[in-house]
Amino acid sequence: MAQQIFILRDPLRCSGCRLCEVACSLHHEGTVWPEASRIRVFELYPGVDVPQTCAQCRDYPCIKACGQAALRVDEKTGAVIVDEAKCTGCGDCVRACPGKVMRLHPKTGKAMVCDLCGGEPECVKACQDAGFHALQVVPYESVALKIYSIFPEEVARRLHETLYGGEEVFLG
Amino acid sequence: MIYGYHGRLLDIDLSHERIGEHPLEEEVLRDYIGGRGLAAYILLRELGHRWENVDPLGEENILLFLTGPLTGYYPGVKLAVSGKSPQSNGIVGSVLSSEVAIELKAAGYDGVLVRGKARDPVYVYIEGERVEIRDASHLWGLNGRETFSRLMKEVWNNLKSRNLARQGLTKEPSFVYIGPAGENKVRTAAVMAKLAHAAGYGGYGAVMGSKNLKALVAKGFGPMPKPKHPEWVKLLIKESWNRLNRRTTFKQWGTGSGGYQTAALTSSEPVRNWQEEWHDNRAMGQQYFEAHWVKRFWADYGCPSACMKISYLRSGARKGALTDTPDYELQAYMGPNLGVFEPRSCIYLSSIADDLGLCGIQTGNLLGFVAELYEKGLLSEKDLSGVKPKWGDAEAFARLMLMIAKREGLGNIMAEGGFRFALELQKLKGVDVRKYLVHSKGIAIGAHGVRSGKDYLPEFSYATSTQGGDHTSAPRKPYEAPWGELWMTFPDSAVICAFNAETDLMFQFLEAITGFGITREEWMNAHAKRILSLQRVALLLGGPDIYWRPLEDDDLPPRFYEPLPSGPFKGKAVEKEKIEKERAEYFSFMGWDSLGIPKEETLQSLNIEFVRPFLARVKGRVNNTREN
Repeated sequence: MAQQIFILRDPLRCSGCRLCEVACSLHHEGTVWPEASRIRVFELYPGVDVPQTCAQCRDYPCIKACGQAALRVDEKTGAVIVDEAKCTGCGDCVRACPGKVMRLHPKTGKAMVCDLCGGEPECVKACQDAGFHALQVVPYESVALKIYSIFPEEVARRLHETLYGGEEVFLG
Repeated sequence: MIYGYHGRLLDIDLSHERIGEHPLEEEVLRDYIGGRGLAAYILLRELGHRWENVDPLGEENILLFLTGPLTGYYPGVKLAVSGKSPQSNGIVGSVLSSEVAIELKAAGYDGVLVRGKARDPVYVYIEGERVEIRDASHLWGLNGRETFSRLMKEVWNNLKSRNLARQGLTKEPSFVYIGPAGENKVRTAAVMAKLAHAAGYGGYGAVMGSKNLKALVAKGFGPMPKPKHPEWVKLLIKESWNRLNRRTTFKQWGTGSGGYQTAALTSSEPVRNWQEEWHDNRAMGQQYFEAHWVKRFWADYGCPSACMKISYLRSGARKGALTDTPDYELQAYMGPNLGVFEPRSCIYLSSIADDLGLCGIQTGNLLGFVAELYEKGLLSEKDLSGVKPKWGDAEAFARLMLMIAKREGLGNIMAEGGFRFALELQKLKGVDVRKYLVHSKGIAIGAHGVRSGKDYLPEFSYATSTQGGDHTSAPRKPYEAPWGELWMTFPDSAVICAFNAETDLMFQFLEAITGFGITREEWMNAHAKRILSLQRVALLLGGPDIYWRPLEDDDLPPRFYEPLPSGPFKGKAVEKEKIEKERAEYFSFMGWDSLGIPKEETLQSLNIEFVRPFLARVKGRVNNTREN
């Protein structure tokens, strides 16, 4: 049986190049579409680049919140899969998502989230090929902690401190 | 259906607070593509009939922020900024890295045209179809980094709180802004993005300031405009990544692979205001800059090259100095050009220039000029409010930059840029100091000298460039060679990063996206010449304060005729006859007459007959001057 996976992010290695975003939207939308990318890099302060995408929380609050049964777990990868036919775009899953990674598609208005590309995420490939290694695929069972998606500001604050000593007040 | 474009610009009139649209016709897009080319066309169309009377820092000037059809698709993102230049009085296609280009495309626009002047400081906020002119008085007067933090907090929190509960987390908007130098209409001010990203050539930071425009913020939600051949575009993106991923040293060290290794070894780096172009100070090598990098790979949207690196001083009196690499240009201009041979000081000075929103090239050139005048006794400590700009004294140069950005003391005149400062000084002192100024058409020359003949530009390049001293837009030989002025019109008009440009791929991208059927040959024979001819016309029109004289001003700065006093190419200088010959050959190749005025048949073959009446005025003025 295939192992469920996790995209490990190392913001210290992230260049902010957004090849991950380009790769994601090319794969899912067939074109370059930053807001429709299921992974995004936030740059709230120059140089403080934070990749953000779904954490596949093991208690799946988004799935629990969905009253339409439009979300399910992909057994093979652990990803959250959206059934667009059932999704009404009500936003309950968005509100349930701890990091607000779950979003409504800018055009269709349906729930949109990382599907791990069926086990071989395009974003990770692009990042690895470019030599940045800010993203890598690891077995989910290797993740030692209980994890949830989080807001990029939380990572950004710590990263800012690492890079610049954290003296500059930003995003208060 | 136009592929690769939305076919419209936002048209914002700040004087009347009117927001409209400026449609772009397919024939115009096919002829000018975008960015620099489109800017040249729009500016001459709109202002050409009274170009000489348009004050670049007046209400009448038009400021353009333009994308190109390759925006978002070709690796790396650029935004083109243009208008009538307060440096050359012509048109400069100035580019900087900024995701504003992506956001504009995502919001449904190919660019923004700004007219008029706001009564009070404002910023323009674009969020899809929602466009607002917002108060910026709380941001006015702030340095770059402070501006960034406050503005980001403001626009991001606003957007987030509106969208979060329903749509989820929206990514932060992007913006370009000006620092105090731009606000004070300093002609060497740049349009800034992020930390140190700057559109410096042209002086459009001052144009933003003259319009009371502190920043342009953009956020879009849609895809890039539909390309003609989406599958081909996907293949091209992957192929371009493969190619760029193979460029190892550029990724590792960027353009600043050490001032020493890059240019000093070819004896073409400005040293003490170009009095020399050689130094052997190993302390300027890349390993000494590397020691201060807190981030080795820093890139903008879609760029695998990541040539930027972030330098940050973590200790000492200059703790907190923050800039990018510095890139090669600033390593040179905030380094040896000022007699500074120590990386910490170079990072410190670059950081100050960035934070004040000054173009490091233009300002570094100006500071070197001032230091030489001080050295020669033509400027005194008294003239400079007590500052003694001795070579290598970083604190003195830092103080001068503040005086320039804030227009204090003589800084008020220096703020007019090197050329106008020299003219003014001539009046004040009665001495012609222009021979010490290293510029072309009012634009400081990039940190690539031509005397040794070992760097990438041929001797005549800066003499004939339509963008003056802009090293990224100077003719090369053969004329069609990469990085020459003809070739460069492509990256600047398609609006991609020249560092990422692969000649064969960029033309394939253009075809896959637009389907215009423009080949490399057609570009070089028609498009490049068309764009450069329009820019040449604008330069020849000039005014209102300065008019360039054909031939006399189509020349190198006097310094380049002086023999190199040191280094492996000691004694080498440029010969005047060679410049005259090469200039004439270039004019002829471009379809211009012996004075560099586009010929009648050129106007016809390039489809730019609309400039004929403007040229009549140029010819009239040239004849008058010659008769007198």
